[in-house]
Amino acid sequence: MPKVEIQNLHKYFGKNEVLKGIDLEVNEGEVVCVIGPSGSGKSTMLRCINLLEVPTNGKITVDGYEITSKKADLNKIRRNIGMVFQQFNLFPHLTVEQNITMAPIDAKIMTKSEAKKKAKELLDRVGLAEKINAYPQSLSGGQQQRVAIARALAMKPDIMLFDEPTSALDPEMVGEVLAVMKELAAEGMTMIVVTHEMGFAREVSDRVIFIDEGIIMEQGTPEEVFSNPQNPRTMDFLNKVL
Amino acid sequence: MASPALLIGLKTTVQIAVISIVLAILVGIISCLMSISKFKPLSYLAKFYIWIIRGTPLLVQGFFIFYAFPQLMQMFIPSFRVNLYTACLTAFTANAGAYISEIFRGGIQAVPKGQMEAARSLGLSKGKAMIKVILPQAFKISIPSLVNQCIITLKDTSILCALGLKDMVYHAKNIVSLGGNSPLAIWSIVALFYLAVVTVLSLLSSFLERRLNYAKGRNTKSA
Repeated sequence: MPKVEIQNLHKYFGKNEVLKGIDLEVNEGEVVCVIGPSGSGKSTMLRCINLLEVPTNGKITVDGYEITSKKADLNKIRRNIGMVFQQFNLFPHLTVEQNITMAPIDAKIMTKSEAKKKAKELLDRVGLAEKINAYPQSLSGGQQQRVAIARALAMKPDIMLFDEPTSALDPEMVGEVLAVMKELAAEGMTMIVVTHEMGFAREVSDRVIFIDEGIIMEQGTPEEVFSNPQNPRTMDFLNKVL
Repeated sequence: MASPALLIGLKTTVQIAVISIVLAILVGIISCLMSISKFKPLSYLAKFYIWIIRGTPLLVQGFFIFYAFPQLMQMFIPSFRVNLYTACLTAFTANAGAYISEIFRGGIQAVPKGQMEAARSLGLSKGKAMIKVILPQAFKISIPSLVNQCIITLKDTSILCALGLKDMVYHAKNIVSLGGNSPLAIWSIVALFYLAVVTVLSLLSSFLERRLNYAKGRNTKSA
C-alpha cells in the first residue's frame, strides 16, 4: 500500500485551474523531489497533501486513510505529516525550545518534560543545541530552517513535506539545510520535496517528478529525468536551470 | 484653595478612564473575534456596533445613554434609571471598545499568514493556533495603538463633564466661575495634570514595548 496516494487531483483558485488532474503514489521511505517552473502548481499540490489547500476535486489517501473525506479529522491527520515552509514560519514570540515543544504538548503525545527532552535531542541532531533558549530572529536563515525541521520532527511524523525549503536562504546556508534533509532521507523518512535544488534532487531522491501547467509531465529516477528527459517541456526547463 | 477639588476631579477622571479601558479591552477582544468570525451574523453584529460608534460623536453617545436610552427602557420597565457614573462608564467602554476592536483586528491581520499555516500544519486546531500563536503576536503589534486609544479615552473624559460628570474639567470650571482664582493658574494646573498622567502612560507603553521586543532579538541591548 502506498504511503501517499493522490488520484485525479484538481484545484481551482477562483476560475484559475492550478492543478489539472494529478495522480501520484509515494511509497514508504521514498524520497520524491518535485521540480518545475514557478506557477506550475507544485507547491499547491504539496499543500493539498496536508490540506492547507482544500482540493476542488480528487482523492488523497495517506496510510490508507482518505483525508479528503468530509469525516476526516484534520488536526489528527496533520500531526502525522510534517511540513517545512520556504519562509520557515517559526513562531517569533517563542524560544527555539518552545517552538519545538508546543505542538507535541498541545496534542498530548508528550508530557512537558518528554517534549523538552525530545527538543534537546532534535536540536542536537540539527546541530543547534546551543540555541535552545534563543528567539528565532536572532538566528540566521539556515539555522531557522533547521529549527523548523526539528519542530516538524517533534511530532514524530511519518511523512515530511518540504515546500522549497532552501529558496529563501542565502547561498552559503543552503548546504547546512540540505545536509539535515539528506540525513533524514538516509534514515528512511518518506519525503516529498518541492525544490529548485537540482543537485539535491539528483543526489538524494528516489524519484523526480516534473510538473508544468498543473499536470505531471514526466517522472522517473533522477538519472532518467535529468540525463535522458523524454518530454520537450522537461528538456526546456532543464536547459534553463542547469 | 483650588487644588483639592482638582485632585478629586483628577481621581474621577483617572478612575473612569482606567475602569472603562479595562472593560473596553474585553469588549474589544470579543467584538474583534466576532468581526473576524466566519459565522456571518456575529461578524455583521460587530461591524454594526463599530459603524454606530465610529459614526457618532462621543458626546452624542453620552447623551443617548444618559437621557435617551432610559426613555426607551422605561417603555418596558417604568422604574428604569441610569445613574450618571454608570452612563459615563458605559459610554466610554462602548466608545473605546469599538476602536480597540479595530486595533486588534488590524493586529491580527498584520500577523503573517504563514504563522497560522505553520500552527495548523503541526496539528493545532484553529482556536488553539489563534490563542497560542496569532493573538500573542497581534497583541504586541497592537500595543502602540492601544496606548494611543488609552490616552484618547483619558482625555475624552473631559467631554462628558457636559453631562455633569464631576471630573477635573468640571471642578476647574466651577473654581474659575466662583472667582478669586486666576483662570491662567487653574487651567495651567489642569493641563499639567493631564500631561503628567499621559506621560506616565507613554512611559509605561515604551516599557511594555521593550519588554515584548522579541522581534529584534539579540539587537535590543546593543541598539
